[in-house]
Amino acid sequence: MTAQHATQPAGAVSVPMENALGGENYLNHGRGLWSWLTTLDHKRIGIMYLVSILAAFLLGGVFALLLRTELLTPQQTIMKPDTYNQMFTLHGAVMIFLFIIPGIPAALGNFVLPLMLGAKDVAFPRLNLASYYLWVTGALFALVSIITGAVDTGWTFYTPYSTTTSTSVISMVFGAFILGFSSIFTGLNFVVTIHKMRPPGMTWFRMPLFLWGLYGTAIIQILATPVLGITLLLIIAERLLGVGIFDPALGGDPVLFQHFFWFYSHPAVYIMILPAMGVISELMATFSRKRIFGYAAIAGSSIAIAVISFLVWGHHMFVSGQSNLAGMIFSFLTFLVAIPSAIKVFNWTATMYKGSVWLATPMLYALSFLFLFGIGGLTGLFLGALATDVHLHDTYFVVAHFHYVMFGGTVMGFLGGLHYWWPKMSGRMYSERWGRIAALLIFVGFNVTFFAQFVMGSQGMPRRYYNYLPEFTPYHVISTVGSYLLGLGFLIVLVYLIHSLVKGQPAPANPWGGATLEWQTSSPPPHDNFSREPVVDDPYDVERWRWDEALGGYRRQEQPASA
Amino acid sequence: MSQTTPHDPHLAHHFPDAGTQFEAGKLGMWIFLATEILLFGGLFCAYAVYRANHPEIFIYAHQFLDKVLGGINTAVLIVSSLTMAWAVRAAQLGHQRALVRLLAATIALGFVFLGIKYVEYEHKWKEGLLPGKRFTHQAAAPPAAAAPADPDPAPVAAAGDSSVIAPAARGPAGLASPSTASQEKAHKVPRNVQIFFGIYFSMTGLHAIHVIAGMITLLWILRRAARGEFGPRYFTPVDLAGLYWHLVDLIWIYLFPLLYLIH
Repeated sequence: MTAQHATQPAGAVSVPMENALGGENYLNHGRGLWSWLTTLDHKRIGIMYLVSILAAFLLGGVFALLLRTELLTPQQTIMKPDTYNQMFTLHGAVMIFLFIIPGIPAALGNFVLPLMLGAKDVAFPRLNLASYYLWVTGALFALVSIITGAVDTGWTFYTPYSTTTSTSVISMVFGAFILGFSSIFTGLNFVVTIHKMRPPGMTWFRMPLFLWGLYGTAIIQILATPVLGITLLLIIAERLLGVGIFDPALGGDPVLFQHFFWFYSHPAVYIMILPAMGVISELMATFSRKRIFGYAAIAGSSIAIAVISFLVWGHHMFVSGQSNLAGMIFSFLTFLVAIPSAIKVFNWTATMYKGSVWLATPMLYALSFLFLFGIGGLTGLFLGALATDVHLHDTYFVVAHFHYVMFGGTVMGFLGGLHYWWPKMSGRMYSERWGRIAALLIFVGFNVTFFAQFVMGSQGMPRRYYNYLPEFTPYHVISTVGSYLLGLGFLIVLVYLIHSLVKGQPAPANPWGGATLEWQTSSPPPHDNFSREPVVDDPYDVERWRWDEALGGYRRQEQPASA
Repeated sequence: MSQTTPHDPHLAHHFPDAGTQFEAGKLGMWIFLATEILLFGGLFCAYAVYRANHPEIFIYAHQFLDKVLGGINTAVLIVSSLTMAWAVRAAQLGHQRALVRLLAATIALGFVFLGIKYVEYEHKWKEGLLPGKRFTHQAAAPPAAAAPADPDPAPVAAAGDSSVIAPAARGPAGLASPSTASQEKAHKVPRNVQIFFGIYFSMTGLHAIHVIAGMITLLWILRRAARGEFGPRYFTPVDLAGLYWHLVDLIWIYLFPLLYLIH
């Protein structure tokens, strides 16, 4: 296959197939809570991130269920209007800043990225740990805000309301500022690691596509997040010192805030979706038992999305009073995003064509991603078009579109990746049967919840409203029932994943037949990641990996399957 | 640099050799500097937007800034960049005493900068030249206007210079026609001067925070240098701290003309 491979004597390519739970692995490398809290091991930091962001996800999910319950009926159901305003703000802020932005890169990416590179760690392990503690600090500030008078501005913190409301904006905004630094440091670490620590033989175009996704994400994290940082600082300065830059009464311009905010927060949605797309690329190849179709196109489209993402922020502001010319340019650029997105979707579909598709739990999430991201992406075009946006702006159509992309896209990708790498992280297999049931339930529950929102949005139901006209009641009831199904689905996932940690079957080194390097080490990996140097070659030569009954996992064939 | 020393105490276990480690550190620092530029970028952008929309505010208000003190501070920072670059060279050559002295000189120049900045801030504070709602300055004419050589320092009378976008909070036309005299005065003292000071204090304040952060970093480097930790084999921290210090200087090089030297 490669020069590397040719130099290996026959039979020397031996990959540890064993499960390492009984032996030396990163989980038992140091003992006690202190060894975790002070660890520099990217795998442990990834696990700490995972636990933390899942806690945030739970919190944000509870907020969501409370919101949906309130919306069961017009008028008051379970909470007062002010509480409702705080609740949707906290749902948005917690889900976005604490869960979905760090979700895939900091939790899954941290664990997998050095393994995929055959490296021992990320370039700056201490910075990695620091970024975790920054996340914790930011989360604490968010909690302080929740306790001392939760924000009610919406997660967008639009001025002048955010500079005048009496709720504790400052601690939430400062929390988001700190979380931004956490995100920047993760991105910085990943860029340097990918540039400087690829093993000999792994050129840019022989990198797994997950790494391309993380690389594109990291570029956005580095270039967009500082602008959010200064914007949030200016809100704080406005509230504390009355600087007036966004205050029209003092000659300032509140629309400038919107420009600043969306200059970050639009690219930020690609911080959320790009790594999920990277996960999907891995899942599609592995579970179709077939080489990924259009490798270079998928890799290039990640970078294209990252670049275009900086040029479309104005499409959030079509009705803000920006000039018609700006509106038209932003609308045109927004349509351009559809091109690289569609390139990915078509290539994934082509990967499945004539493959032997294995409907394991991760693949079910990958297929969900394909359907839901397809719907979410196409409805984005309705909103990117100037005329239709005037009708749909600030309705539930936007809410549904956003959730189809972020939940149907990113969260499905996250769940797929979580299930895919779970055996590698924990050394145990989860219940495949319950995995599939939960995946199905989440898919159905998701569509029931959010498709109803597309319909009511197109009929004019505004977002963020506490009260609504009785004609919207059926849609709200359907949506709320769907959200309970979703909640049940996640509860099942939580139960069987925790159960697997105790009672799960020991996982083989390669339970799925993936060809990237993380499958060439034991499950869970040792402290230094590889007890033997992994063989660097084609990351998508999955057909070379064959099921070995005696091993209970996949074994790498000496000769390429095509030979 | 690419030479691997077998027992290099500074080589982390996950790097193959010291050269890779040095390059990784350097790349990481450059990326961090990029994020710093973007952090300031938001303020530069706000500056550009308000100056384009309301040039008269900037032309009027900048005259309250002291060009001499600003100029001295610019010189101070440029010299501190020289001592910093020299310190890096001294570390590379293993000139231990020179390294310590040059780092100390750089930190001292940082103090000089902050001292002068304090004098400027205090003056603004006393005059009520403060941002936003704290702006209380009442003077009809800036100090420079008193100079006979420049009797009318606000050239906004030229129609082409003023904005097409009306200043905020202007009453609807025709309700009450303002007298010619008050119009004259409006030309001299434009509305919303506090916006300039909002931008001035935000930019220079954020910059001052960066100067302080740079000085703390350099103190830490100085401490390590005094212990003799750096030499031709290992000088990465000195190099990276130097890069950061140069960036802080560079931002001031842009702030000075943009805020003090407006025509």
